[in-house]
Amino acid sequence: MTDKQGDLILRHPVGERIAHWAVAIVFVFLFLSGLAMFHPFFFWLSFLFGEGQFMRFIHPIAGVALVLLFYPYAAQVWKDNRWRPADSAWVKHMWGFMRKEFHAADTGKYNAGQKLMFWSMVPIIAALLLTGIALWQPWFAPAFSPTLRRVAGLLHAICAFIMFVGIGVHWYAAYWTRGAVRAMVRGTVTRAWAKFHHPVWYREVTDKDT
Amino acid sequence: MPLQSLDIRNRSATTFTPPSARQTLEVAKLIDVSRCIGCKACQAACMEWNDLRDRVGVCEGMYTNPPDLSDQSWCLMRFHEEEIDGGLRWLILKDGCLHCTDPGCLRSCPAPGAVLQYSNGIVDFQAERCIGCGYCISGCPFDIPRLRREDSKVYKCTLCSDRVAVGLEPACIKSCPTQALSFGSKEDMLDLAHHRLEDLKERGLKQAAVYDPAGVHGTHVFFVLPHGDQPEAYGLPRNPRVSPVVALWRSGFGRAAGVFTMFAVLVAGILHYMRHGPLEVPEEQEEEKKEGRP
Repeated sequence: MTDKQGDLILRHPVGERIAHWAVAIVFVFLFLSGLAMFHPFFFWLSFLFGEGQFMRFIHPIAGVALVLLFYPYAAQVWKDNRWRPADSAWVKHMWGFMRKEFHAADTGKYNAGQKLMFWSMVPIIAALLLTGIALWQPWFAPAFSPTLRRVAGLLHAICAFIMFVGIGVHWYAAYWTRGAVRAMVRGTVTRAWAKFHHPVWYREVTDKDT
Repeated sequence: MPLQSLDIRNRSATTFTPPSARQTLEVAKLIDVSRCIGCKACQAACMEWNDLRDRVGVCEGMYTNPPDLSDQSWCLMRFHEEEIDGGLRWLILKDGCLHCTDPGCLRSCPAPGAVLQYSNGIVDFQAERCIGCGYCISGCPFDIPRLRREDSKVYKCTLCSDRVAVGLEPACIKSCPTQALSFGSKEDMLDLAHHRLEDLKERGLKQAAVYDPAGVHGTHVFFVLPHGDQPEAYGLPRNPRVSPVVALWRSGFGRAAGVFTMFAVLVAGILHYMRHGPLEVPEEQEEEKKEGRP
């Protein structure tokens, strides 16, 4: 699992990285086009997509792309995101962690915050797909009753809102944790980084190695 | 300037307030169902004036033809056969946009200016602004707008806004042979409706009523219904209003709160970083590893 250089550890294999950034790019695309339709304050964003009608056409297609990219990616990483008792303890100390007053010594490949992010995205993306299908003109929406479409519209907005806030926290957490962006871009982390942030995972990969 | 000269009262997905100092006369179309003979002249006049030709369909065993409103049929005579007071009643309703004072289509629309409400009460779609999302369709309490698949634009009755703007009455009014249709100021039309109502009641139709639903703050196309106690028999909802789900979904407050929260997350991140700085591996741990580096 270690890099050729010896002191770097591979955290995200190249396939995982590509899958992650493909999801990220499609998400940004959906985020900007969705915001434009969510509030007139952001409608100017529609010009990034040609104009309104084309944006409205492409948004659901990008939504399907997100689903097709996200779930295979989730299938790659879900095992490391299984909830463990230690994670519940981490959640209790979350505010302390953010103030750098608490640091867990029993964190695996992902900490509880990352796992919460992962497990919130799994149902939310599914809900966005299902509600999105009910809104998808002109092909699918006519098959649903107006009442269902109204509820779908409301749920789609609420789920998208939760997702935006969740991804916002995700972005900040990645920026805040020095070395995390590099881990997802180049795939590797230093031994010290692995030992400090994810000690249990560090022991697992180094034990296998030696 | 166009907002003023066109007397626009309300504009979809718009954050500014249109000018409201000048108020034009509120217009209305009265449909007196008791006088309607179901000749469909209005339906033909609508096609004629708006240059629309619906597909030739098949007979579905009733007089309603075509079977539903469409992007080519903005006015449709619907024929309902209902048992009322032990007798068969043939209830004929001229279906189409009612031009609500509180239009669900306008509230739902995410495209700035795709739905306009003029100060004369007409609610009109602007095709060049329409993005084809169809939210107006589910936003409408009367299920009126229709999306055209070929161009992803939504169509409905314009109350002949082009004719009304130059002082003409809508095409359907012009064609009605029995004065079931009247057009004028909302005030005059309400007077006329109540006059007709008295007349109907004198003739024994005690349940006759004016259908100008308060749930959408009144409409600019409204009815005198001989069986006004049963609007459902005509295919009209009893208490139409913009669905509370739509009201919540498109509420200014709810969406502003959403946008505000998203900005708040951004600000919280900046403040957190300023207060606590980045989460870094403690230097002593980093150092011990660096020593081994070539």
